[in-house]
Amino acid sequence: MTAVATERDRVLDALGAVRDPELDEPITTLGFVSTCVVSAAGDVVVRLRLPTYFCAPNFAFLMVADAYDVVAALPAVRSVDVALEDHFAAAQINAGVALRAGFVASFDGEATAELDELRRTFVAKAVLAGTDQVCRPLVASGIDPAGVARLTIADVPPSPELDRLLRRRTELGLPAGPDAPLLVDVGTGAAIAGAAAARHLGLARLTRTGIEANTGICRGMLKHRYAESGAGEEEQG
Amino acid sequence: MYEKNGEKYFVVDSHMHFWNAGPDNWVPGAEQYAKGWIECFHAYQSLAPKETHWPIEKFMSYTEDDLMKDVFEDGYVDVAIFQPTYLKEWYTEGFNTTEKNAALGEKHPGMFVHNTRFDPRDGDAGLEELKRNVDRYGSRGVKLYTAEWNAGSRGYKLTDPAAYTYLAKAQELGIKNIHVHKGPTIWPLDKDAFDVADVDHAATDFPELNFIVEHVGLPRIEDFCFMATQEPNVYAGLSVVIGGLMHARPRFFAKVMGELLFWVGEDKMTFGSDYGIWEPKWQIEGFVDWEFPDDPEFADYPRLGIDGKKKILGLNAATLYDLKVPDELQLKEEAPAAQDDSKLVSS
Repeated sequence: MTAVATERDRVLDALGAVRDPELDEPITTLGFVSTCVVSAAGDVVVRLRLPTYFCAPNFAFLMVADAYDVVAALPAVRSVDVALEDHFAAAQINAGVALRAGFVASFDGEATAELDELRRTFVAKAVLAGTDQVCRPLVASGIDPAGVARLTIADVPPSPELDRLLRRRTELGLPAGPDAPLLVDVGTGAAIAGAAAARHLGLARLTRTGIEANTGICRGMLKHRYAESGAGEEEQG
Repeated sequence: MYEKNGEKYFVVDSHMHFWNAGPDNWVPGAEQYAKGWIECFHAYQSLAPKETHWPIEKFMSYTEDDLMKDVFEDGYVDVAIFQPTYLKEWYTEGFNTTEKNAALGEKHPGMFVHNTRFDPRDGDAGLEELKRNVDRYGSRGVKLYTAEWNAGSRGYKLTDPAAYTYLAKAQELGIKNIHVHKGPTIWPLDKDAFDVADVDHAATDFPELNFIVEHVGLPRIEDFCFMATQEPNVYAGLSVVIGGLMHARPRFFAKVMGELLFWVGEDKMTFGSDYGIWEPKWQIEGFVDWEFPDDPEFADYPRLGIDGKKKILGLNAATLYDLKVPDELQLKEEAPAAQDDSKLVSS
């Protein structure tokens, strides 16, 4: 029993690396994992659920495909069965993911490209939101926007928010080393300087507000839809 | 009209519905979509104060009496603007059509504005239907739902050539206001369906039309705000912002309001209850009482005073729709010359 429970924890840990691309939060803490079962022989069954029947199918596909990939990559896993439930496009998504077919093939005629560009767009938003998390305390401490723009990563005190920002910047291929500027253009990686800094910080705050408001609504909708907490879900106030 | 502390508010509910989503109206073979859609709407209602929640049965098929009581008798609304959404692939007679709305509205002269809709994939027949609706119901506005399914297509963008044909025709027919509601599907499906870049293009190319982005572009508030600062004819429709956040997530509500006041400004924000998702009464009462939390986090946002609330609750929409506002409900004096809240950050 203990061995199986541990294995389940490892699977949940792995699923914790799968993020909702729009909300930039793990599917586990969001409550999107309704079932996670691991047999003694290493057969894994994961069921995912979303706040609404009509959540955008492209993001849903990414989450199901990513969940499949992280579980399949674990050692000692014999079979993987990941499926989305209660969603208008569940059948197409689940069949496509199980066949490792990709998005275009799964939605024949409805899509023209895989989802890499879409994913990049949302990691860029996560970088902006993370920039607000890191910079707001600096501004509150009295540094003006142009001053924030003169800082490098090494000038900022370590924090979980900074670590997260650097991980997102790395994902996008943006400079993330100690000498890199704290404020960079999310498209080009070029330093933001001078008068452009205030506008950049304004956009960062706006982007974070948008993501947080969506997350709040999604959590509320999920709670109405499902009485039971998800596997690995964190209760939010 | 709503009155509080001696101040009187002219209330225009600029986004509301009279739908039939009951099983009697579900298209055979598409029941799961019809059911999924209304259950999704019902989940939104759960974000309101508990005492205003309805059982799903009532929510699917509320009556004319319910609407008149909730919106006008109890809900302080002076004029309500019907925003139709058809969804005929899922609902046999449509979810909420121009005709169904008008059948109710025509019984109550002066209380409703009858907007219509179009779908650019409907070709010449759709253009003729648009003209008939404008002629018959006097529509000055249209509601567009870009994620509507139509004969195998999962949606459209405002920049599609056919959409431009329809926008030009609408303008020629005297339509002034385009209410845009984004949804989760468009073609191609690999693009972000909630992206508002197409509204940006259309607003530039049709400067005589006003574009009211419903739900302030949620879930893309940031893209919406950034666009709205640059387009003088783009407005923020507050349906879902007040209904979905003010009670359930008050701090996020304050932040979203702060961002909207900063980027868009109080002259370009319009109240809409999204009835029957949410009753207007608690939204109007709560909004008039609302203030930013006393916290440094909110200190930088523009303030919203009584005049601003009057504009958002009714006067802005009254201007968009040329509605007659009684003198006693106008702003007490001319607001000081264009206080420009919506400007880009500069230093």
